[in-house]
Amino acid sequence: MNNRLDAVTAPVNKIIRFSSVDGPGNRTAIFLQGCNFDCRYCHNPETRRFCIGCGKCVKTCPAGALSQTPEGQVRFDPAKCVSCDTCIKVCEHDASPRICEMTAEDVMKEVRWQQPYIRGITVSGGECSLHPRFLKELFEIAQKEALTCFLDSNGSYDFSKDPELMAVTDSVMLDIKAFSPEDHLNTTGAGNKTVLANAKYLAEIGKLFEIRTVVAPDLFDVTETVRCAGEMLLPYLQKGAKIRYKLITYRPMGVREKYRNMRIPTEEEMMGLKMLLTDMGWDDVVIT
Amino acid sequence: MKPITMERVENTRQEILDTIKSATLTHEQKVCTLAGKADSLLEVLDLPEGLSELLDQPIETQCICDLFEGHAPMRPRYIIPDYEKFMKEGSKFLQLDPPQDIYEAINSLLIFYKHVPSITNFPVYVGALDKLLDPYLKDVDDETAKKLLKLFLIHVDRTILDSFSHANLGPEPTRAGRLILEVERELEQAVPNITLKYDPEITDDDFAIEAVKTSLKSAKPSFANHKMFTSELGEDYVIASCYNGLKLGGGSYTLCRMILGNIAKRAKDLKDFKENQLPYVMDIMARYMDARIKFEVEESGFFENNFLAKEGFIHRDRFTAMFGMVGMAECVNILMEKEGKAGRYGHNKEADALGVEIMEQIKAFNDAHTNPYCEVTGGHFLLHAQVGIASDLKVSPGTRIPIGEEPEELLEHLRHCSLFHKYFPSGTGDIFPIDTTAHKNPEFILDIVKGAFKEDLRYLSFYASDSDVIRITGYLVKRSEIEKLRSGQAVLQDTTALGLGATDNGKVQQRRIR
Repeated sequence: MNNRLDAVTAPVNKIIRFSSVDGPGNRTAIFLQGCNFDCRYCHNPETRRFCIGCGKCVKTCPAGALSQTPEGQVRFDPAKCVSCDTCIKVCEHDASPRICEMTAEDVMKEVRWQQPYIRGITVSGGECSLHPRFLKELFEIAQKEALTCFLDSNGSYDFSKDPELMAVTDSVMLDIKAFSPEDHLNTTGAGNKTVLANAKYLAEIGKLFEIRTVVAPDLFDVTETVRCAGEMLLPYLQKGAKIRYKLITYRPMGVREKYRNMRIPTEEEMMGLKMLLTDMGWDDVVIT
Repeated sequence: MKPITMERVENTRQEILDTIKSATLTHEQKVCTLAGKADSLLEVLDLPEGLSELLDQPIETQCICDLFEGHAPMRPRYIIPDYEKFMKEGSKFLQLDPPQDIYEAINSLLIFYKHVPSITNFPVYVGALDKLLDPYLKDVDDETAKKLLKLFLIHVDRTILDSFSHANLGPEPTRAGRLILEVERELEQAVPNITLKYDPEITDDDFAIEAVKTSLKSAKPSFANHKMFTSELGEDYVIASCYNGLKLGGGSYTLCRMILGNIAKRAKDLKDFKENQLPYVMDIMARYMDARIKFEVEESGFFENNFLAKEGFIHRDRFTAMFGMVGMAECVNILMEKEGKAGRYGHNKEADALGVEIMEQIKAFNDAHTNPYCEVTGGHFLLHAQVGIASDLKVSPGTRIPIGEEPEELLEHLRHCSLFHKYFPSGTGDIFPIDTTAHKNPEFILDIVKGAFKEDLRYLSFYASDSDVIRITGYLVKRSEIEKLRSGQAVLQDTTALGLGATDNGKVQQRRIR
């Protein structure tokens, strides 16, 4: 019991047992709650912040899965939940009442359930790197059980300063949301100095699995971002690093209402960006 | 030979005339149907008492079904010739010397196929094509090899007019295997069905990924658990017809199936089912199969006179028989209801445990029943999870969860399969349509196969949910051909009609997409 009280926990929003889109092969994806960026196109804004106990979701839950303590804390009963997502749709605070504080061992129990079907785990968010101690504990156990450990990060955490975390991390999927600092600020509300440094650092140590850019032409200069990010990492590719560039088409699904009307890039535009990279020498470019 | 009534003769005459006048049957399909009508007038088998009441029934009450094998079996249902021997030695009867190069090899195989009988009159097994052809490909470059393989496979698709025709690949990766996968990806044909014998310790990931890519384009190959089949049937097993594990140089005399849901309908309660109804039907079906086998071996003359046996491409003592079943889901659900319990098959532990209990009872029966002509499998039949036929209504294939009731999570679905696959050395399998716009990650599928085979799954098939070639139950059909037939046009392959029936009756195009 003492162990449990001492153990680090992280707020888990969701665990997807089989995921084909969070790194190589079949992986269990763990989504942590809370993010330090405010990307305008965020398609799961309910993972951004924490519940303030307003109670709006309790009143609208059709399954009676939510209740509120006299102190105002919202309680969630997973057994009653029908996964209709009404709670996150009505939430005005970019939060979710369905968050579970879990230890690394709690998460591993969920992960072991789908052994031997998965080759690894990927922790995503929110922003997973806000919980480095939890990640270290989780990855230490997972690696002992022959699972590869991936991070899906916005790059705001300086990975080069955390060699212990890097030692148990197999690879990172990193967002480069915009290349110029102004564009990045405009897109996410934050700067990107650490992001770009991380990209180079991870490429250097061979732990950069994938770079991702959500292509939202209304928000930033997409061509410049893709070209500059591509050129910045090209030397590593030439030295033999295997890095994928994933170009994600902005789509309004799940996006907060005030940002939902941005222009969706055309297929031609996406192909053009891909060509830009392949002409430069990138051989693994994926459009989604 | 026992006499029959004139009424039956007259009815058959009418059916013969209808067949002759049919607008949608091709010439070959008519000839084949007419032969079946002639055979149906014979009564030569020594049938067990009580059979007719279980067999000659509409699908709502039928308990035993012999899958159109006819009244006087003149050849085994499934025949698995030793093609390797043919390539090494040629055939006197066919006046063919052993092939010396790839051109002769392909020509020889295509000739041989036309002389391999089966229940469908087409070969249900066309060989381990990679192993057969690889040695002959060493003298040609990839481009020529691909051209030749393409012509060969088009020839197979357009002349073996039935997709219960199966080629095997692996488990070792070969150049021929790779090229065949590449060509099949381009051709998108229904015939032949293909299985990759897969063992992660022998089959490298590159080759397996090629196979996944091809399966998401043309619904084949399927993946067979090589370790599992080898442990049961030995190294010289093959996968034929839908997914049937059988011995090379042998085959299966017969396949009959119990329709478990209808046996459950006869039972007062679970106790009556287990103690009376199921044992009664199993006994009659086993004795019916014994009678069929006795006629084939002792009276038909097939094993004495057919060149396949005379030249040693098949051996009588490498044949066995398949003791089949369908409708486990319906059976369990009916019995649960009769016991006043709410749980449903595929969603409830108690219901699934009942399914396992029934399988154990069937296995125990089969382990105790012996047939003198099934030496190769220890004197016993092999259990088989039959995939259903086009006219099945509310009868789920083998032990599959009914379409429309599949568990929400793929993992739960696979876990359910792992309870049942181990019982069926002569075949079972599950099918998963994949949303390829969501999953652009073939390694994802391969990881699932690897995990599944560690958990005792036997056989898995995948296809892209938007592909033209789709897996109906165990065989492949092109959706575009089904639509042609639906509009009243004749189509080349006889399995298209089965696909149409299964689409309408079995809802196969409504499987849960993963």
